[in-house]
Amino acid sequence: MNEQSKRSSKQWVNDMLREHYRHARQAKEDGQLVCWSTSIAPQELLTTMGIITMYPENHAAAIGARKDTEQFIHHTEQMGYSSDLCSYARVNLAYAELQHSEAENMPLPDFLLCTSNICHTVIKWYENLAKELNIPLILFDTPFNHTDEVQEHNVKYMEGQLYHIIDQLEEITGKKFDYDKLREVMAISNETCSWWKKATELAAAKPSPLDGFELFNYLAIIVFARGTEEARDLFHLWHDELAEKIRLGQGPWKEGEEQYRVLWDGIACWPYLRYTYKTLKNLGINVVTSTYPKSWTVSYETGDIAGMARAYSANVYPNRNLNYDVDNMVTLTKKFGLDGIVFHSNRSCKLMDFRQYEVQRRVMEECGVASVMFDGDQTDPRLFSEAQYETRIQALAEMMEANQRKRRNAQ
Amino acid sequence: MVLGIDIGSSSSKAVILDPSGTLLAAQVVNLGTGTRGAGQVVELAHRQAGTTPADIRCTVATGYGRMTYQGADRQLTELSCHAKGIHHLFPKARTVVDIGGQDTKVLRLDGDGSIDNFVMNDKCAAGTGRFLEVMARVLDCPIGELSQLAQAGREPVSISNMCTVFAESEVISHLSANVSPANVASGAILSIATRIAGMAGRVGVVPEVVMTGGGALNQALVAALEDALHCTIQTPQEPQTTGALGAALFALGFAKKE
Repeated sequence: MNEQSKRSSKQWVNDMLREHYRHARQAKEDGQLVCWSTSIAPQELLTTMGIITMYPENHAAAIGARKDTEQFIHHTEQMGYSSDLCSYARVNLAYAELQHSEAENMPLPDFLLCTSNICHTVIKWYENLAKELNIPLILFDTPFNHTDEVQEHNVKYMEGQLYHIIDQLEEITGKKFDYDKLREVMAISNETCSWWKKATELAAAKPSPLDGFELFNYLAIIVFARGTEEARDLFHLWHDELAEKIRLGQGPWKEGEEQYRVLWDGIACWPYLRYTYKTLKNLGINVVTSTYPKSWTVSYETGDIAGMARAYSANVYPNRNLNYDVDNMVTLTKKFGLDGIVFHSNRSCKLMDFRQYEVQRRVMEECGVASVMFDGDQTDPRLFSEAQYETRIQALAEMMEANQRKRRNAQ
Repeated sequence: MVLGIDIGSSSSKAVILDPSGTLLAAQVVNLGTGTRGAGQVVELAHRQAGTTPADIRCTVATGYGRMTYQGADRQLTELSCHAKGIHHLFPKARTVVDIGGQDTKVLRLDGDGSIDNFVMNDKCAAGTGRFLEVMARVLDCPIGELSQLAQAGREPVSISNMCTVFAESEVISHLSANVSPANVASGAILSIATRIAGMAGRVGVVPEVVMTGGGALNQALVAALEDALHCTIQTPQEPQTTGALGAALFALGFAKKE
């Protein structure tokens, strides 16, 4: 047994996060190239080239969880950006100038990789970074899928771009791209995703061994370390820990029982992570799943560049049409035996918000689960009301209790 | 005896029921959470019912102040309490519109009065009682007389801003342009009705429809909403105390179980 496997996966996550930032700062000092990338990007290419990659969304979320975003948000607004702009963008654009946060610090980039599968705001955000920092921007454009499946002409378009990105990376680094190494990284990335998927799916057990908000901690790792053996082994360990909890009949918490199982739709309210969590937990509500896990389950055949292109377009629900979103949530509702759904109407993310009402309506119609929508924001603390959140969550609990009572009476 | 107390953002309401469910007291004090309102309304209710705190077997608190009220055995949201209260008064009600101080809700009830679905105002105070209060203040009209003023308006102006602060500016510019207060008041009422109708459309309006909360005291608003929803709307005799009544009915159920 090696040293790492003696640690709990939770400790391991903290160690990896700390090391990720420390290593990046050191590498920058040593003259290595640093890339800033959007969160669901073809890291395989960067990992193959040994490029230190940092993820501004991860970083903004960490700053949010430390309740340190306001100074960045005010700074960006003073720079002339609108308060309607995504707050991850506002935090990061300010960070690129201020370069210090109470959370971890990340080194400035030498170039950028922007993938449009998560939204189109990122394109403008990264263009501005490229201009302000006077560095190259590599764009991976993944056209929105209006059709139910990814179209072949789009796969070809994206495959061509991946080869072009390899050319661009060779030019930036001055090194030859190693396709054998890419195969290795793709194989590891596939395995990491597989353990991530298996672990998160164990939450379907009743009671769930997973306290759903813990997922948010592990999420940081799947974002930045998907192509590494360490992340693969971490998620394997996490899976085994959860499987052991199921075997022992243990629920998500040491104290209190899981009374209601819900899905959390959308990004967390990072500045109010503890409050949003406690309000749910105090009512016995466990977030057993979310729309997150699937987004980082990027699967393809090892060595298949076209398949990789397709995966980056297909697995990210903001890049898929309404039917996909509804089907995904209906499947999760059934698979995880949900009592309810919490929709976070996130001021930052118009892409997620604008179809939420219709998704909510269709999922409720098909599954009959209770649901509630609350207003908030991923990192702007000015856009959330604790009292309003609490009333909505308690109302959800009361509806779920009534539904459970009806089911019991019907038996 | 049981007590239901609804501590809202702008008023406190209390209802006392005897063990058979007969109403002994229903009181309203126009002071909300964080004030002396809660204490005062309970005192008034006891005076009306001829009871003392020692007579109360169970207290259920609801409304925004529910968590901070010390004397409660249980706390429930105003959504469940309004649903319970309305179902008691109007057993055939399937849609409930509650216009409170800072929240407006549209509830869909099933046959036994449970909530099937609900929507609440999002983003801001548009469509809430606070919007009405702000409009009344700008129009220099007591809130209780806003309905009468609006009913006198023959050519309601359009008030298009959802944001209460922007709508206030819009009202001020109408008044500066010598539009009559009656037409402005009428326009304000129409704008709130349109907003609520939009929310109601999301849960689906199924008759019978009942309007409750302080907003239901405004007859002009009830009429405007009837027009917007194309249906008849019923209102309780004392719409402000429906939530407290629901809380008291829950308390009665809990007391019986013990």
